[in-house]
Amino acid sequence: MTDMTSVRFVDRMPKFMRRLDPAVTTAFACILLLLIVGSFYSTSFLSPEYLLQQLKVASFLGVIATGMMLVVLMGQIDLSVPWVVSTGAMMACAAAAYGPIGAALAIPFGVLCGVLIGLVSGFGVAYLRIPSMIVTLATNAVAQGLMVVYTGGFSPQDSATPAMRWLATGALIPAVPNAVVVWALIGAAMVFILTRTTFGRSVYAIGNRERAAYLSGIDTRRVVLIAFAVAGGLSAFGGVLLAGYASKAAQSMGDAYLLPAIAAVVLGGTSILGGRGSYLGTVAGVILITLLQSILSVMQMPEAGRQITYGIVIVAMLLLYGRTPASRG
Amino acid sequence: MSEWRYWFAEQRGTLLALGIFILMFIVYTANHPAGFNANVVQTASNKGVLLAFIAMAQTLVVITAGIDLSVGMIFLLTNCLASWIVVGNPFETTLGVVGVLVVGALCGALNGAIVIYGRLQPIVATIATGAVYFGLALLLRPTPGGSVNEDLADALTSKLFGFMPASLMALIVIVLVVWVPFSRSVYGRAAYASGSSEVAAYMSGMPIKRGKFLAYTLGGLLAAIGGLFLTFFTYTGDAAYASGNAYTLFSIAAVVLGGVSLYGGKGSAIGAIFGAFAFRTIGDLLFVFDFDALWQPLFQGVVLLLAVSLGAFALFRVRNRLEWFG
Amino acid sequence: MQTGQAEPLFRMEGISKRYGGVTALEDASLTLRAGRIHALLGENGAGKSTLIKVMSGVVAPDEGRMIFDGRDVSFASPAAANDAGIVCIFQELSLIPDLSVADNIIVSDPPMRFGMIDRATQRKLAEDALARAGASDIHPSALVKDLPLSRRQMVEIAKALARKPRILILDEATSALTAADVKKVIDVLKRLRDEGLALLYISHRMHEIAELADDCTVFRNGNYVATYKAGTKTDDEVVELMIGREYNHVFPPKPVRQVDQPPVLECQGLGWIGRLRDISFAVRPGEVVGLGGLDGQGQRELLLALFGVLRGTTGEVKVDGKPEMISSPSKARGAKCGMALIPEDRKTEGLMLPMTVRENLSFAALDRVSNAFGIIDTAKENALIDEMVKLLAIRTAGVDIPVGALSGGNQQKVVIAKWLMRQPRIILLNDPTRGIDVGTKQEIYQLLRRLADDGAAIIFYSTDYDELIGCCDRVLVLYDGEVKRELAGDEINVHNLIASALNISTAEAAARVGGRA
Repeated sequence: MTDMTSVRFVDRMPKFMRRLDPAVTTAFACILLLLIVGSFYSTSFLSPEYLLQQLKVASFLGVIATGMMLVVLMGQIDLSVPWVVSTGAMMACAAAAYGPIGAALAIPFGVLCGVLIGLVSGFGVAYLRIPSMIVTLATNAVAQGLMVVYTGGFSPQDSATPAMRWLATGALIPAVPNAVVVWALIGAAMVFILTRTTFGRSVYAIGNRERAAYLSGIDTRRVVLIAFAVAGGLSAFGGVLLAGYASKAAQSMGDAYLLPAIAAVVLGGTSILGGRGSYLGTVAGVILITLLQSILSVMQMPEAGRQITYGIVIVAMLLLYGRTPASRG
Repeated sequence: MSEWRYWFAEQRGTLLALGIFILMFIVYTANHPAGFNANVVQTASNKGVLLAFIAMAQTLVVITAGIDLSVGMIFLLTNCLASWIVVGNPFETTLGVVGVLVVGALCGALNGAIVIYGRLQPIVATIATGAVYFGLALLLRPTPGGSVNEDLADALTSKLFGFMPASLMALIVIVLVVWVPFSRSVYGRAAYASGSSEVAAYMSGMPIKRGKFLAYTLGGLLAAIGGLFLTFFTYTGDAAYASGNAYTLFSIAAVVLGGVSLYGGKGSAIGAIFGAFAFRTIGDLLFVFDFDALWQPLFQGVVLLLAVSLGAFALFRVRNRLEWFG
Repeated sequence: MQTGQAEPLFRMEGISKRYGGVTALEDASLTLRAGRIHALLGENGAGKSTLIKVMSGVVAPDEGRMIFDGRDVSFASPAAANDAGIVCIFQELSLIPDLSVADNIIVSDPPMRFGMIDRATQRKLAEDALARAGASDIHPSALVKDLPLSRRQMVEIAKALARKPRILILDEATSALTAADVKKVIDVLKRLRDEGLALLYISHRMHEIAELADDCTVFRNGNYVATYKAGTKTDDEVVELMIGREYNHVFPPKPVRQVDQPPVLECQGLGWIGRLRDISFAVRPGEVVGLGGLDGQGQRELLLALFGVLRGTTGEVKVDGKPEMISSPSKARGAKCGMALIPEDRKTEGLMLPMTVRENLSFAALDRVSNAFGIIDTAKENALIDEMVKLLAIRTAGVDIPVGALSGGNQQKVVIAKWLMRQPRIILLNDPTRGIDVGTKQEIYQLLRRLADDGAAIIFYSTDYDELIGCCDRVLVLYDGEVKRELAGDEINVHNLIASALNISTAEAAARVGGRA
């Protein structure tokens, strides 16, 4: 009987609470912990302005991590983030140089470039069955090569369009940065896609057991292809926002986003083996990583210390709940 | 006669890599303004050997069906460490070299422990440890600098007998001292077997875990040797993030070109060495044909993309589509 | 070394093994003597495989003891059993494809020199072992993956011999071999017997057993049945010993078929890389056609071929009289074909275990409950799910719990239900009742008949003969990728099924059919 009542109770809880898994709870607990620790270092740490500023910084990572999550949910990984981010930023800025029409198309053009790179990666993974890690490393190298050729090895001179700047730094709703709104919209769309569409269900199914999804009559290869394209587009869009934030693109602006994006997804409870994870977790992971970065910089921890802390935190969290099941006794 | 046939079959990947390398090298030297001479060979060798060590390191891990995305960062870390400790009198220098090698092996062992005993996915685990290793490197060398015992450095980067690059000689010695014993040991065979078919290896009672662990550890050691040589070439330590990433990427390209299967179980470090040489030469071809150096990264990226796509030909042989899903 | 005839080399007593709730082996006993070949007989699921796994250290028994050479033994791993002198040649190959033949044969304990494997000596040892196995034509330097299946099997035998076993277990070791190889292996085995080894031989080829075995033991339903000296029983008597499953199922009555309806599915000369050969049959709406035969004779491949999973199939498949090129499951399930496949392994092929009952149930029919943009109409989805949960009486604490939390039987119902949501016209089932409880089995039998009565054509592979007898209007018996025999009506009985599964003559059997059916 107790079993039945507990089930009833669970049934009555809001849906997102029911799906809350320990990893997400842990991530939120860590966020609280970081906020408390941070407030010891600086009194302004808990002020609304500072928190909103953090949320704004987090939204760039949030957009990129959204794409990464989609890919990780299928049990794959996207290592092409660094140069897809840069490509998106540079191409959007480049389009801006072509008069008013270019400026108007800057954002879609940047995103489109990311989608194209994602399509190449997705084709390699889905149809050529090359491990995603290898394909995306290769497409990352190709994207880098293209950008080096395009820029001639120097930081590009084009600057972001007003629209990009407005998107990244403006505030349509007073006090709420546009970047945060953009992330919220993308996040909402992703939640809808993951939970309410055939595509989303297929992504989870492929991550759990591609064989079973295929035998259920799903064209799993097409789903994988599309997911990589979407991930590429989101990475590039993240780059567009970053370019708007800094008002121009830079060569290695994406380097700092690969590890945090993977970390945010994994720390948010998405299984690196695929098939399990909620967007709420990714949101928690993104905020957690951003706060961690912020605190480390408030503590004036040098880059070296940040990298080491990152690495250790990720390995430790993974050892806690990201292990593959033991094979054979 | 038939003896040769089996030898060829086993060494096909290696021989193919050797063939590509020789072809590329002929094209390269034929068009090089200075032509084929000892200095051209020495420069090429010094550049190739660095990647060759990293590619060997990657091979050891890839054979077990794993991957080491931290290999470039171990390379940087040991480079930065060497720029501190491989100095002074011969005794101190020796201690320094040993220290660098031990640190490299420890990095590899840590990767191995996390992957094998911690049961984490090699990709994510080594990206994360890579961040740690890079952080340590940055801690050692926030800005490029340091020095190295120049006598040793010059000795290992010069020519022997007027024509033989010493770095190449060192590579051969390392192959004989590290790779050959490993590949012919029980553990080496277990590493191969676990990459080829872990279930069959288990059924055959092979020491899978220890074999894999040894492969990761030796991988770290080889990356450290690469780091040492980088120090000998540049006389400085430099924690350059982009360079570490590039070496990781190139190591995978070299391994693939060298006929080592990314699915594990197949290939040899010798093949990877030729793959590294071939990859380096392909990259340098652009120079002799007067292409702008700017095209090099793109060219290397495309070569890598094509190289990894070659494996897809095996798909045509699949008769049961369920095999796509492993 | 020859132990006396009276003293057995190996004995197992009261061995039991359960997997979850399913008993694979119950109170089994077996005695092996040096210098004798002992054959193990039994139909699918009789417990042969489990018994071997216990003997060779792959699984640990739940109860019972094993006495080897007068001492109590237990093995923690295959390696431990090997060290003790019990070596098994498994049906699934244990060779490492990317290593050479010599490396594979001398895999444990290779000769060492200067801390490295001494390749020259290893090669000599491998050559010796190959010669002993009668396979000196195989080059020790060849890579295993480059050898054809029959050669690999010979390497497997050489590998076992190189371990100097005292007990050698051969589990269907000859099934992949050519006739010439079989003869060689038989000679080798006879020689090993004369050298004083104890051999345990499992094969579905009765004539090999007749030629080789000194003693035979029959298992049935995980239980020991009888041991007898070879040659003291006729084939028919052996079949009788293997029959005898407890008959506790109730099957729905089979209606009289109208045969005038055109077949919905026709198959002409279907073949696939030598594993399926020239298979032709037709199924009409309302018919339940069984696939019989021993496990692994091509039944699984046949279903996969029909469902568009296999590449390079030959022959023709017609649906509703029209030829169809079915190249993927998504085509197979489409409107033109209307097929459904209940796959072999529900845990890896039928379900996504960590996902909810809801997500699993509607997964194959998402296109039916979503709009053009793939957005799911939740109300429609819920209605269909509720209907299915009721129709199949799936016992679950709500549809939003992971399907992995359900019992095996209910999981299987989910697999079936998820396909029924599409209202398929052709339903392929791959051993759907394996490892589930009796009650659910009954429900599945009833369901199949009801679906057939509603006009579905059903192809039903089962390893359980009683099911074939109880459920099917016709049964195709497969042997080695071919349809050896088609049984219909009263012909479908245990004796015929077992006899044709073993591909032995049933002249005698035919006379005695009446009594048992």
